[in-house]
Amino acid sequence: MSIRINTSSCIGCKRCAEVCPGNLIKIVNKKAVIKREKDCWGCTSCLKECKTGAIEFFLGADIGGKGSILSVEEQGDLRHWIVTATDGTKKTITVNTKESNKY
Amino acid sequence: MGNTLQIEKKETDVLIIGGGTAGCYGAYTLGLSDKLDVLIVEKANIKRSGCLAAGVNAINAYITDGRVPQDYVDYCKKDAKGIVREDLLLSISENLNEVTHRLEENGLVILKDENGKYVTRGNRNIKINGENIKPILAKMAQESKRVSVINHVNITDLLVKNNRVYGAVGFDVNDNKAYVIFAKAVLMATGGAAGLYRPNNPGFSRHKMWYPPFNTGAGYAMGINAGAEMTTLEMRFIALRCKDTIAPTGTIAQGVQAKQMNGLGEIYETKYGVATCERVYGTTEENRQGRGPCYLKTDEISKAQEDELYKAYLNMAPSQTLKWLEGGQGPAKQNVEIEGTEPYIVGGHTASGYWVDNNRATTVQGLYAAGDVTGGAPQKYVTGALAEGKIAALGIEQYLSINSSHETDDSWEKIVQEYETFLSNEGNNITIEQLEETLQKIMDEYAGGISKGYQFNDTGLALAKEKLNGLYPVLESLRAADTDDLLQIYEIKERLTVARSLIEHLGARKETRWHSFAENMSYPTEDKGFELYVNSVKENGQIKIVKRPLVVDEYTPLIFTFNEDGSVAFAGGEEDEH
Repeated sequence: MSIRINTSSCIGCKRCAEVCPGNLIKIVNKKAVIKREKDCWGCTSCLKECKTGAIEFFLGADIGGKGSILSVEEQGDLRHWIVTATDGTKKTITVNTKESNKY
Repeated sequence: MGNTLQIEKKETDVLIIGGGTAGCYGAYTLGLSDKLDVLIVEKANIKRSGCLAAGVNAINAYITDGRVPQDYVDYCKKDAKGIVREDLLLSISENLNEVTHRLEENGLVILKDENGKYVTRGNRNIKINGENIKPILAKMAQESKRVSVINHVNITDLLVKNNRVYGAVGFDVNDNKAYVIFAKAVLMATGGAAGLYRPNNPGFSRHKMWYPPFNTGAGYAMGINAGAEMTTLEMRFIALRCKDTIAPTGTIAQGVQAKQMNGLGEIYETKYGVATCERVYGTTEENRQGRGPCYLKTDEISKAQEDELYKAYLNMAPSQTLKWLEGGQGPAKQNVEIEGTEPYIVGGHTASGYWVDNNRATTVQGLYAAGDVTGGAPQKYVTGALAEGKIAALGIEQYLSINSSHETDDSWEKIVQEYETFLSNEGNNITIEQLEETLQKIMDEYAGGISKGYQFNDTGLALAKEKLNGLYPVLESLRAADTDDLLQIYEIKERLTVARSLIEHLGARKETRWHSFAENMSYPTEDKGFELYVNSVKENGQIKIVKRPLVVDEYTPLIFTFNEDGSVAFAGGEEDEH
């Protein structure tokens, strides 16, 4: 499991590099780059920090990944988590950040 | 890039090493009194560093209505088969609710019923939305103008003279710069140690583990090397987790009451006992005896429950929700496979860590410890770590009201030279990654890792010790092209130091009190003679085991005293050296 950074939408603002708990993101030629993708913990801090939606999260094949990506969109108190499969189909789960877990 | 580091010197009253759960709350507490200058030094960024980076699923340590702090102490004592510090546990328990309320005032969402009371999950847990708990804590830590933060600086060594701490040394992970920080007191709050053993997913997803892979035992290693006493490292923590994603199982087990079931469809939930170590042991045994794989039986839950689980996991372990959706079968259709993780050393779950007194003073004068790095008090979880941050901060205030002299000398130069040596090494065909894998392989095979069903014996431990010792010269020859490489080298060095002490502890407890956590096959049964703490101190490069009697009266807390020259006058009971 790791992240993929979309260079066309990355604006090189460094927000992701600033918060990664593993110091795993650096800026090269004004674009964010993950230094060692195998070292990602999967905490998704960078996805939540990114203002342009340039970072996508995926599972490695060794833990059940099949190529889908997880991305995040913020809308006020709502956080939309979007899973996009390889055939382009999307499934969105919306979490209200002001509501507690039920479990 | 050159191999000479620029030196940046700082001076503060209190240095906090690690801005995670305990460190942030320590800074917040010191900030409230506003009497001292505080500097947090963090190897990542305190906004999202440490255990809480992704969020947390619940507050697991809270004194619910009708219960008293003593109940919590009793629960922890029973779960750890008696090897706990009741004084430490009681001091934590008495603070659990207050720290929770402070978090709520600062924006943590806690579920309440129609009467405004917290909704509980079991006897000690309350339900929250813990996704943003770390940004909330980071903000609280920086409320006072007297608290400052340096992010992206990795501290490697304490400065200690005559058993008294006066600062620490580290380096900037993004820049050719070393930091020398002089402080009157130091709060160690670096968290525990992951990556000692070969992980569940050793390939591409090697860092998909339960505990943060970036918590590499720095605080233990610094303490061990400075001669601080450690306790109960042999009580390893192995978490029971969702297969592959290593996501928490408690949300499913407690949230929708899913039971543990083996591959034959039999519920083995209580067959092996219900202590934390026995839940892991049960699953390990079912697999070993050919009745695996094991599951949490979720295939009877409703669609609505499934949807809530998807959301709950997005708030703390998003990979699990992605796995369910990507696989096309959620928990309502397919039972959730479970497995034990690799062993970790983590004082927030078991009793491993610094030997401290009731103020969280360590046996090195002026050095305090809080959270996962601190031993004696298992099951402290998030709120317990916050409580310890508070207790340590108050302890430091008291200490500095009597001892407030600044020390400086130039012994930091040796440490900076060591950084520069790695940066100028020519290197060879052994890489940082190879060495990490070797360390994990040795621990896995000879010190009770996953591949050995967590079991070890005297012969294996002796071999592990020999092989680990053989890694030091290899480590010293590693080349760091930049300070990012240097960080990785020090992370291995820290883990090697912790692993060496761990081996001594595993061998010294000649019994099996905790299945899986310390399954010593040379001594496979419980021995009443080991109703004591196995502690250790490194002296002249050798790890010396010290056995100390149990602190059983929580109302007479242990308080260390120091001689004029800084040496420890009293560190608890009558020590029994072996």
